[in-house]
Amino acid sequence: MARSPYDVVVVGAGPAGLAAGAAAARAGCTVAMLDAATEPGGQYWRHPPGRLDAVADLHHDLTTYRRLATVVRTSVDLLPGHHVWTVARRTDGFDVHAVRDDREDVVTGSAVILAPGAYDRQIPFPGWDLPGVLTAGGAQALIKGHQVRAGGRIAVGGTGPFLLSVAAGLGTRGFDVAGVFEANSPLGWMRHVPAVARIPGKVAEGLGYAATLARHRIGFHARHAIVAAHGDDRVRAVTVARLDPGWRVVPGSARTVACDTVAVGWGFVPQVELPLGLGCATRVDLDGSLVAVVDERQAGTVPGVFLAGEVCGVGGAALAVTEGEISGRAAAAWLGRTVDWPHRLRRRRRAHRTFAAAMHRAHPMPDGWQTWLEPTTVVCRCEEVTVAEVSEAVDRLGATDARTVKLLSRAGMGWCQGRMCAYATGSLSSASTGCPTDPRPLAERPVAVPVGLGVLARGGDD
Amino acid sequence: MSDSFDFDGRAVPFDAGQSIGAALLAAGVASWRTTRRGARPRGLFCGIGVCFDCLVTVEDRPNQRACLVPARARLQVRSQDGTGRGALSV
Repeated sequence: MARSPYDVVVVGAGPAGLAAGAAAARAGCTVAMLDAATEPGGQYWRHPPGRLDAVADLHHDLTTYRRLATVVRTSVDLLPGHHVWTVARRTDGFDVHAVRDDREDVVTGSAVILAPGAYDRQIPFPGWDLPGVLTAGGAQALIKGHQVRAGGRIAVGGTGPFLLSVAAGLGTRGFDVAGVFEANSPLGWMRHVPAVARIPGKVAEGLGYAATLARHRIGFHARHAIVAAHGDDRVRAVTVARLDPGWRVVPGSARTVACDTVAVGWGFVPQVELPLGLGCATRVDLDGSLVAVVDERQAGTVPGVFLAGEVCGVGGAALAVTEGEISGRAAAAWLGRTVDWPHRLRRRRRAHRTFAAAMHRAHPMPDGWQTWLEPTTVVCRCEEVTVAEVSEAVDRLGATDARTVKLLSRAGMGWCQGRMCAYATGSLSSASTGCPTDPRPLAERPVAVPVGLGVLARGGDD
Repeated sequence: MSDSFDFDGRAVPFDAGQSIGAALLAAGVASWRTTRRGARPRGLFCGIGVCFDCLVTVEDRPNQRACLVPARARLQVRSQDGTGRGALSV
């Protein structure tokens, strides 16, 4: 930490963070960048250490990655393996507290750029806690980051274009993909042709996935979902069914598909812990996600805090890179540096945000999935809280909001702090109480990653 | 020529850069802990360090995320039951 304090500290080395750090460094700022992984790239450009070429065929836009990573490696202090657990305001800047191995590092900056990314959104279904059921992002991380082929036959389900990317990658790596089960209809996109046409790259990407699925004879089943997983010590089969537009199972449509692995994802959950901890204002985005409020320059509502990527609204890597480039310039400008503001950046951001809005509208989350559940279905995987226990918190114990449901049932109070079940707990609570869910109380996690008391007792940077 | 670590007395091979969890899955091991309440088997779920389903005991330290801990030669990896701290029970 020879150079701390820095002008700018970037949290996250994915598409948004890399672009932000590179832009701030080019504008003359000293920059530190912290990321939990050992390699930069985030989830999107995940790769085995030093072996990007081995997984290049699974990736998109590696030209951008290589360009950004080169700038970051030469002009940014990249701190891998740093799990940021909180960011504290000082009078003259910010202390970014991270855990690395078994000690705490505190990196100080005059401004911070938060680019923490997102993880798969999950909804429960009977058997989703069986070994062999993975998140879609987890299945992709295994092939991109670890070059592991786990299991023999895999069913992919959920909603959103990310499923196509995952299934295409699995097919390319020789998996027997039992099918892609997309709960919405692709016809939903037809209402948003202008938004899509503005970004030819997305169209080409989608067509590429379709071609890959066809080449590997992977079936795409619209308006279908994996509604249950079966097995004893691991998944052996799933039930798939046709859905009506509200996601209720069409009677008589259920059938069993043999598989030993499942990959499911229902959009993404932005990681808002750090901005919430700093007091940044949030809003609920079109997909129901809690996201940070930013202005035209990606500035949050707390002076000196800038945000980029999925934390400002789920929109994909290209939008994240653009927001990163803007936020890096904005942080430099806030610190008094002279920066250029190419018009193309704002134009590109507008186009990609319009695309993201179309994506969210084409992949809604109607609450019919709640009818797939059984009383014994686990909602909170950590505390093993069932649907019946969540219902009991409302019906018998009188909870009138999701936070009270959490306190009474323990749903969301385990190791993951509700990251996996907050969406479902909130949805089930509001269905029972009749009151809409405020996602914020379930998203506040003052300690963003586990940190041992011994680590804190030993003190900070030395 | 790949290295290996020890999982409950069995040698599990891995490639450089792989996590313990990825290597276990590649070796056909789907679960490596049981839950506190229902004693249900769990393995990898989110795969990126968020869900804490893949907890495992590494070098006598329970509750390590198998998806994050890099595999290293000769590591002692143990499946864990419940809190992983049964030795502290009275």
